Amino acid sequence: MSALVQLVGVSKTFGDAAAVHAIDLSVERGKTTVLIGPSGCGKSTLLRLIIGLLQPDSGQIQFDGTQLRADKIDIVRRHVGYVIQEGGLFPHLTARGNILLMARHLGRPKNEMLARLSELCALTRFPENLLGRYPLELSGGQRQRVSLMRALMLSPELLLLDEPLGALDPLVRAALQKDLKEIFARLRQTALLVTHDLAEAAYLGDEIVLVNEGRIVQQGSLADLREKPASSFVSEFINAQRSLAVI
Amino acid sequence: MRRIWNPGVQEWFGRILIFSWIPGFLIFSASASEQVQIGSKKFTESYVLGEIAKRTLTDAGISAEHRQGMGGTIILWEALRSGQIDVYPEYTGTITQEILKRSDELTFEQIANELGKAGIGMTEPLGFNNTYALVMLRSRAEELGLHTITNLKNHPELKFGLTHEFLDRQDGWRPLAQHYQLNPQNVIGIDHALGYGALGKGSVDVKDAYSTDAKISENDLVVLEDDRQFFPQYKAVFLFRYALPTPAIEALRKLEGTIKEAKMTRLNAEAERTKNYTRAANLYFEDSSGSTRLRQGYGVASNAFGETFPHKLARWTARHLELAAFSLLLSVLVGIPLGIFASRGGAIGHAILGFAGIVQTIPSLALLALLVPLPFFGISVRTAIAALFLYGLLPIVRNTATGLQDIPRALRESAIALGLSPAARLWQIHLPMASRSILAGIKTSAVINVGTATLAALIGAGGLGEPILSGLNLNDHATILQGAIPAAILALLVQSLFDLLDRVLIPKGLRL
Repeated sequence: MSALVQLVGVSKTFGDAAAVHAIDLSVERGKTTVLIGPSGCGKSTLLRLIIGLLQPDSGQIQFDGTQLRADKIDIVRRHVGYVIQEGGLFPHLTARGNILLMARHLGRPKNEMLARLSELCALTRFPENLLGRYPLELSGGQRQRVSLMRALMLSPELLLLDEPLGALDPLVRAALQKDLKEIFARLRQTALLVTHDLAEAAYLGDEIVLVNEGRIVQQGSLADLREKPASSFVSEFINAQRSLAVI
Repeated sequence: MRRIWNPGVQEWFGRILIFSWIPGFLIFSASASEQVQIGSKKFTESYVLGEIAKRTLTDAGISAEHRQGMGGTIILWEALRSGQIDVYPEYTGTITQEILKRSDELTFEQIANELGKAGIGMTEPLGFNNTYALVMLRSRAEELGLHTITNLKNHPELKFGLTHEFLDRQDGWRPLAQHYQLNPQNVIGIDHALGYGALGKGSVDVKDAYSTDAKISENDLVVLEDDRQFFPQYKAVFLFRYALPTPAIEALRKLEGTIKEAKMTRLNAEAERTKNYTRAANLYFEDSSGSTRLRQGYGVASNAFGETFPHKLARWTARHLELAAFSLLLSVLVGIPLGIFASRGGAIGHAILGFAGIVQTIPSLALLALLVPLPFFGISVRTAIAALFLYGLLPIVRNTATGLQDIPRALRESAIALGLSPAARLWQIHLPMASRSILAGIKTSAVINVGTATLAALIGAGGLGEPILSGLNLNDHATILQGAIPAAILALLVQSLFDLLDRVLIPKGLRL
């Protein structure tokens, strides 16, 4: 099975600082790939390059075998769901309004939309009676569930998640991690997730990609990273997180 | 020429300043009491007379300072009474009507007596009588064969452009029209100085002027004879505080009877031509010729006919709202798109915000004055609306731009990442999210427009500014309040209306 997204030699520079440098990365179909690394290492930049919020300075990004082009990006975006840390929900629209926004924009039939909405509520364990609430009337966990529904509304081939659970308290976070894993499995969803939490990466990811200072340091399973570290940075990163877990 | 050349907002502001600074002035005048303070009103003849008084005092070895163009009757009178100034030139008719508020004609001695009760002295008349007159272009008058005010009766089609003060004075337009049984179809209120331009262009046929007005010869105008002796006496005098040292009073008294009408007209013309009032005043000391031309007149007190107050108020308010609402609509239609462009930053964005900011710094009166000479505008409602429109622009442009710029980057990017088209992002995401800020800008503009629309009366566009201007010129608080109170209430109502609109127009999710 070929890769859904393929990055070849992608570089992006902001001013003098290189955010990402000559990155090669494959996102395999049906799998969850996790980008992990310290803050500012360039992992979010990779997501923003794939969704077209940024243009690479050099290198190529292929989606489903075709190269990304700025003028065709909107068509690609309909096949990609994007969830960010704070949810990115529009405060002036209800949960329902946020979820259906794009489907309405594309003029999808109403019955089809409402059926999909019920399906998603069940999938994400979101109470349907809260759909009329505005984002400010929802808890952080509920907002992320709505954001996930919005991203999944058009049944995207790829789901991009940029620290989706980063702002939640530990209990809610654990519950959502479990739900996410089930959802990915049930939908056989191709997902690319950014996190800085190794436990989350290990729990959700089929493949872990460790990024530091704009470069991929090592790629593989947690066991690979632990037992065959590619550099002293890999060991340090893993040990730092494990010592926190022990406490 | 006892009235005001440029009545209006400067005077209004001047007055507020003077009243709010009175304690400061009192301290100041106490410390500067050695020097005689001469005041003058805001028109050429008053400036010239002030300069003549200054030179006379200086020649007599008394130190004097002339504070030019302090404002209208009320400002000078209050300043004199409170001791901020010691001397200023005034006219007997104005004293009777505006200061003593008497509707009957008083003798010179009666006036002196009344002023004496307030601690104010009056010189004998300086020699000229500057009364109202109706003037026309010489060519137009000759074409129609008009010589007297009575002749106007047969020409109801003539357009009258009268100063606001004249329109409202007890001895002004209404009693004059009654006295001569005039019934013209078209009478508008217009600023004095602008009125001459309107006369020249033919947009008005008849205007009020003063018998020693330099503009009469300058613009080749004719004075229509007051053949049924309507206008009262306006003999020029100096008013002074009794506290003034005797040598100063004696020096001023030497001017009595020395300035005849022909001479005053010449001094005025010189002052108008050179804009140098000291030089014009010096002409007085160089030659002493001049002829006497006395006219008899009597005051008419009644204002028995005319519209009732509620009717006038309704007319002013309706016009006021019309001006404010129409200009606001234009500001919204133009300001929001400009704000959207400006929010995108770059050279164009900065240029838009810069331009709107500059317009806002131009004093509203200056903006009106700048628009009046332009071909499309002139003396019209259009000019008032254009000025209000420009004024209302900045708050809307700026609030639209900042409202859009304040949308968090994460939400902008979420809208892009969803795949919404640029138009859908603008209408469904950006504008609703900026709605609170945009509405606040519109509210600010609306309140500014309701306030600034009072200036429209300066160029004959009407509104609640009409009674305010008349009242300021007439030293009549009641008339000022007839405009000021409704204007203030209107501003409050507009504010509440927008508070209600907030609830309808700002999405509920943003009001939580």
